[in-house]
Amino acid sequence: MSDFAVELRDVVKTFQTPEGGSVNAVDHLNMKINHGEFFSMLGSSGCGKTTSLRMIAGFEWPTTGEVYIEDQPQGHRPPFQRPVNTVFQNYALFQHMTVAQNIAFGLEMDKVPAAEIKRRVGEALDMVKLGNMGKRAPRQLSGGQQQRIALARALVKRPKVLLLDEPLGALDLKLRKEMQLELKNLQREVGITFVFVTHDQEEALTMSDRIAVMSHGKVLQIGAPVEIYERPNCKFVADFIGDTNFLEGEITVAEKDHLIVFVPKLAGEVHGMGESEFKVGDKAIISIRPEKIRLSEQHTFNQNCFQVKITSSAYIGSDTRLEVDANGVRLKVWEQNHISTLDPRAYHHGEQQAWVTLFPENALVLPAE
Amino acid sequence: MLRKLRESKPLQGTLLIAPTLIFMVGLLIIPLMLTAVVSFGKRNSDGGVIYTLTLDNYTRLAGFSTNCDSGAASCFDPLYVNILGRSLTLALQTTIFVILMAYPLAYFIARSSPKRRNTFLFMVLVPLWTNFVIRVYAWMMILRTQGVLNGLLGAIAGVLHIPFAPLDMLYTPGAVLVGMIYEFLPFMILPIFTSLEKIDNSLFEAAADLGANPIRTFFKVTLPLSMPGVIAGTILVFIPVMGTFIVSDILGGRQVILVGNLIQRQFLDARDPTFGSAASLILMVMTLIVTYFYTRKFGFGEEIIAV
Repeated sequence: MSDFAVELRDVVKTFQTPEGGSVNAVDHLNMKINHGEFFSMLGSSGCGKTTSLRMIAGFEWPTTGEVYIEDQPQGHRPPFQRPVNTVFQNYALFQHMTVAQNIAFGLEMDKVPAAEIKRRVGEALDMVKLGNMGKRAPRQLSGGQQQRIALARALVKRPKVLLLDEPLGALDLKLRKEMQLELKNLQREVGITFVFVTHDQEEALTMSDRIAVMSHGKVLQIGAPVEIYERPNCKFVADFIGDTNFLEGEITVAEKDHLIVFVPKLAGEVHGMGESEFKVGDKAIISIRPEKIRLSEQHTFNQNCFQVKITSSAYIGSDTRLEVDANGVRLKVWEQNHISTLDPRAYHHGEQQAWVTLFPENALVLPAE
Repeated sequence: MLRKLRESKPLQGTLLIAPTLIFMVGLLIIPLMLTAVVSFGKRNSDGGVIYTLTLDNYTRLAGFSTNCDSGAASCFDPLYVNILGRSLTLALQTTIFVILMAYPLAYFIARSSPKRRNTFLFMVLVPLWTNFVIRVYAWMMILRTQGVLNGLLGAIAGVLHIPFAPLDMLYTPGAVLVGMIYEFLPFMILPIFTSLEKIDNSLFEAAADLGANPIRTFFKVTLPLSMPGVIAGTILVFIPVMGTFIVSDILGGRQVILVGNLIQRQFLDARDPTFGSAASLILMVMTLIVTYFYTRKFGFGEEIIAV
């Protein structure tokens, strides 16, 4: 068995701009995707995630570097010779064929015997719960159903790797959530490596075994959802995934797992933790998630406790989302509403004095950019 | 009154179609009916019509001649059947050649960058700025015995020291075919281009992704999805070619007489409107039959005509 399902080794993809310049859509990218893994590439538009996926599929070829599938270098091999299949963003179903003909297309191209095609198309339709839709035209089906056909059409070929290019982007929110779970279950069932491209962080966190966060053609961090969220390795990732508060400062104590940052705007020191290498005097940024800040009416600890004024408060059902002002620094604080009550005193309101506590294990110290 | 108009959809509809309806009834339906009536009549000695109910004009078209060399009362003369057959053959040939030439060109234009695409489409349309008849005359200059093409071939032969006698190209069926292809090519390029351009690029990628090489992608995806354009183009080319007489008149002379020329001559030279009317109706029926079977098989290419 090969080491990796897919590997991108030092891949660069340069495009010519209409103005005559050139731009690296993918910039010295390295990525190793394990067998049977649900791997997501996450980033905003233009970060190179779709280009990377297209290079795995063979629609684009790297300017330099190499794409490996099952340890085989792909070079300039065209898409129809690669053991991968793609689910396209707009589904790309053939409207001049029935649903069953769409699914059979790839098997016909492989010259699979007719009887086996019939059987496998039936199985694929059952797999996506569209068993009786084979004779319909794709345009007669809803967006979610078309999505499943695109999935069945790609999976029926039993590819080594399934590539998915924002396949849920066109669906409405409720259907999207359903499909996320369904897709994840399907991936577990078939055991095929999925490479999933999305700009939706929640989607990536929900479905993926591992996520690669990308920006400007580079991978910033690869890790499990919990690592990406709880231990982002840079300011960009901390900011891109979820919501966070940043405090800028300078390292005053740099011991292993115990960092102290002087934050001038708070006129105080913040104790935190971090995995990057720091020395005293380095500029640093503290990232702390809004749900990890503790709000109280009294002063609690001597460390990391700051007096604040609550400037705004929004009740959103599950949470109350507050904005507090600590010596001029605005912080987002989310409090979960774990008690069901109509008593307004249970919720924090604006213009109150309060204290926030930033627990050191939640205050992640990151290198300044 | 205005209020009634505002509230009544049928009244609005009537007003919207009224101008065209009046025009078409007056200048198409009524004349067509007159043509039908005349075609069953007899010609009098000064080119007028005697209104009777005779099938003489149609039997004459079908080849039953009353003007026989042998002195018999009637004999078979395939003259007009041949003309009708030749017209049909030429229209089919023209359509096929035009498809074969237009498709690759339309494909090329559809695949070029949007900026260059407009330039190419513009170039396709440029010939249409010159009058139809003038363009046919230009082909006469090219094809005649002392024309451009013979001059060019002679020069090449001269350089290669090959004996060369000018070719008789003008006034041949080939000359008419070339002229027809030239005149009607743009009407095939545009609809095919439109249908090709509408095919989303991701469909080609999907085909490749599923294992189809470029040739199979073409026959399984590109061609079927562009058929509406081919069909629309065929209708736009086949019907006019069946009826036109200018190209065959100028490039075919007396050698290549098509049904269009026959009709023209009956009205203008032979002064026999009854026979001309019969030929007109037969032309129309032939065109309708071919178009009917064609569209029943392939549809109208509605998507393209609607664009």
